[in-house]
Amino acid sequence: MTTQKKMEKVDGELKKLGVKVTQEITKKENPNIEIPIRALSNVVYDKKSGQLVLGSKTSRRYYFNVAHAKKFMQTLMVASFSKQLIDHKIHASIRDMFYNLKRTLPDSHENTFDMQSESDPIIVDLEVALDVLREQLHLTTDRKGIVAGNVQIKDRGDIIDWSKLGSGGWSIPSTVDEVDFKKVDAESVIVVEKNAGFERLHEDKFWQKQKCILIGTGGQPSRGTRLLIQRLNKEHKLPVYVMTDADSYGFYIYSVIKSGSISLAHVSDRISTPTAKFIGLTISDIYEYDLKKCTIKARDVDIKRAKELLNYDWFKKPAWQKEINLMIEKGIKAEIEALSHRGLKFMSEEYLPDKLKKKKFLD
Amino acid sequence: MGKKTAEDFAREQKEISVSEFFEKNKHLLGFDNPTKSLLMAVKEAVDNSLDACEEAGILPDIVIKIKNVKEDIYVVSVMDNGPGIVKAQIPRILGKLLYGSKFHRLKQSRGQQGIGISSVTLYSQLTTGVPTKVWSKTGNGKKIHYCELHLNTQTNEPDILKQEEVEKGIAGEHGTKIEMEMHGRYRKTVEDYIKHTSVSNPFVKLTYTAPDGTKKIFPRSVNELPRTPKTMRPHPHGMEFGTLKKLLQHTKSRTITAFLTNEFSSIGQHSARAIVKGAKLSDSQKPHELDRVQIEKLIKSMQEAKVQRPPTDCLSPIGNKELEKSLNKEYPEAEFVTSITRDPEVYRGFPFLIEVGIVYGLQEKKKKDDDERQSTIELIRFANKVPLLYQQSACALTDAVKGVDWRRYNMQQSGSNLPAGPMKLVVHICSVWVPFVSESKEAVAGYPEIIKETKLAIQDAGRKLSSFLSGKRKAGEQKRRIQMFDRYSGEVAQALAVLTDHKEKDIQKSLTELVKSRIHIKEEFTDDNTEKNGES
Repeated sequence: MTTQKKMEKVDGELKKLGVKVTQEITKKENPNIEIPIRALSNVVYDKKSGQLVLGSKTSRRYYFNVAHAKKFMQTLMVASFSKQLIDHKIHASIRDMFYNLKRTLPDSHENTFDMQSESDPIIVDLEVALDVLREQLHLTTDRKGIVAGNVQIKDRGDIIDWSKLGSGGWSIPSTVDEVDFKKVDAESVIVVEKNAGFERLHEDKFWQKQKCILIGTGGQPSRGTRLLIQRLNKEHKLPVYVMTDADSYGFYIYSVIKSGSISLAHVSDRISTPTAKFIGLTISDIYEYDLKKCTIKARDVDIKRAKELLNYDWFKKPAWQKEINLMIEKGIKAEIEALSHRGLKFMSEEYLPDKLKKKKFLD
Repeated sequence: MGKKTAEDFAREQKEISVSEFFEKNKHLLGFDNPTKSLLMAVKEAVDNSLDACEEAGILPDIVIKIKNVKEDIYVVSVMDNGPGIVKAQIPRILGKLLYGSKFHRLKQSRGQQGIGISSVTLYSQLTTGVPTKVWSKTGNGKKIHYCELHLNTQTNEPDILKQEEVEKGIAGEHGTKIEMEMHGRYRKTVEDYIKHTSVSNPFVKLTYTAPDGTKKIFPRSVNELPRTPKTMRPHPHGMEFGTLKKLLQHTKSRTITAFLTNEFSSIGQHSARAIVKGAKLSDSQKPHELDRVQIEKLIKSMQEAKVQRPPTDCLSPIGNKELEKSLNKEYPEAEFVTSITRDPEVYRGFPFLIEVGIVYGLQEKKKKDDDERQSTIELIRFANKVPLLYQQSACALTDAVKGVDWRRYNMQQSGSNLPAGPMKLVVHICSVWVPFVSESKEAVAGYPEIIKETKLAIQDAGRKLSSFLSGKRKAGEQKRRIQMFDRYSGEVAQALAVLTDHKEKDIQKSLTELVKSRIHIKEEFTDDNTEKNGES
């Protein structure tokens, strides 16, 4: 689908919503908006595609229900804001939108929105209700995630070379749909959970030595970063390897890149990379690479989260069950930085090359 | 100085006259301070007028005037259209303490002891020395008796200073006018007393002229006198030893059965025999021969006997409808008025009856605009239709009000205090003998039967209030809901206008109509919550 057609579709969906609600009002019915439920109860792991997908359960947001009325109003406000952005062919950040829509209702002390944490989920509601992407609603988020590698791209008319950005790397914007890859000279994509890990590998010129594209997510990866990873994987057939801390949160970050997240299950197919592999750190690595002295005692919440992971269908693979159970059994976890214990360049010069060479990955 | 002998003491000891006693103990009669003293004068005179009119079957028309003659000296004058007082009685009624017709009988009246008006005479003469002036006219065409008198504190007898027949003083066919000059201080309590009197006596017309010359008329809300209360014989329940012994001694009856049927109310032959049997007495015994143990047994048996309630015709309540009318008249701006008249009950063998009135939703001036706290309610107490303006916290009626859990009736209450809210609560006890804690008749004594019955009356009225308040709250919720949708509809219409090609004005109009029609049926709609399901 061309960009132009995509935009027409979104514009049409927004209009359709408005027309439906307006008709209900004229027919004196209770106006409502049908929204698929975004919760674990309505998320299914599709083994075939290796992705999380949204089930068929929906709820209706009614105007004439005291508990729904305000959210109903907010949903329409966000929809109309997005329509205006599309009409004027401009973008706004989700924070920008919040401030645009926040106002005090007449003759009251009540605000349309009090906090951005109220407007953010409404955007996602609208995405699932209309089956469109936030990016298509012309709403952007802050840049999050950095990339470096032997790649040239074209972004809004400018040519950017990811290999010539000095110490910084390229900050990944929230929308990468319209980025054109001009030259991609790499054999793999290595994604690091932590910016500190990225800095280390970047300074060590790891991406040059290993002929890879290096991406730092800075925690849970943004949608832009996930889409970028998917595009590099799909369009340039690059294998993707993910490196995180050896703990339940790190493991989940890997699964989000690979299969999608529970809260954004509706966009899994558009931004996840089912062929991504986990390169480390595993709990077994702690023993294999002699990192025992650098482990951290797992807290109760870590163990609780680990037990939740055990029950997720997409972690029900023998190798993962073994790793997670080992973590619970030993009651330990380790951060990427534990590798520095074996020497500051251990990660870039020994650990990762070894793993890549021996193909020691978890799937 | 040598030691005093018993004889020395005897020479110093002498009888104290009742009047001398009260002269020294003015506070016992309610003359504690100048403000209260002025009020007492008005109250005693008005009470007397009302009793007189009611007994004579005359719809009372009472004119009250207070004049400030100098700094802290006031002249109080009260004129009624009652039967008047015969010439010979005037001095004794006004100039002798403990003289009256009401002390020795069991009948509901405002005055009880025969102290009231003569104590005002005493107070007036003690503070100004000016004699009390009385005009009395007993019938059409008859001359008006005028006299000026003092009370001789040593002999407790009236001193008549002047006595003559005059032409002027009373305008109507009959009536009495009293004028007294005294030391006092004027406060709004006097007007409160008159207003409250008008509430508890809906059949009275009161005309009041305050010291500053403003005249207020408190009209009648009913045009019929209440049923005249009858004098009653004692009731067997709650009889006390001393009273029973005195009755046994003075009875003319020859047998105990006869004594019981003659001297008591509600006892017939059948129950009399049952009481005698229960006390293990023989009917051949003469009443005055009973010894202490037998009297106690008789009391016990009388308590346990199943007899009828005391006759209710000796009580004269304000009346349920009358009280409500009267409250509506005095507080026309109230949102809700209700009243309860309970059936008579008995304490110590005296029948009594409780009435409660509630006036809700009066707009009170707030001391500060931002003060959200509600002040406590105003409690208006009455005993035999007389407002009780002092010693609220010492009164059993107040205890009963505090003892009720007002939160049950949708009212605010902290701890066991008076509830808070824009409300006036009227509590009236009427009885052939109201037990006051002191002679100044300001607080009712805490007999458990009275407290219990008062609570029950309040609860009856509370339930009515509660259903009013919950209705009011529902209406309030509905209103808030409509306001909420009106607020949201503006944004909804604006958003829909952007999304569609419709005009915002048109959408807004349809929405407003929709809100109206929806909220109409919204009660069952939001109560069953069906549409909340599935929303995370």
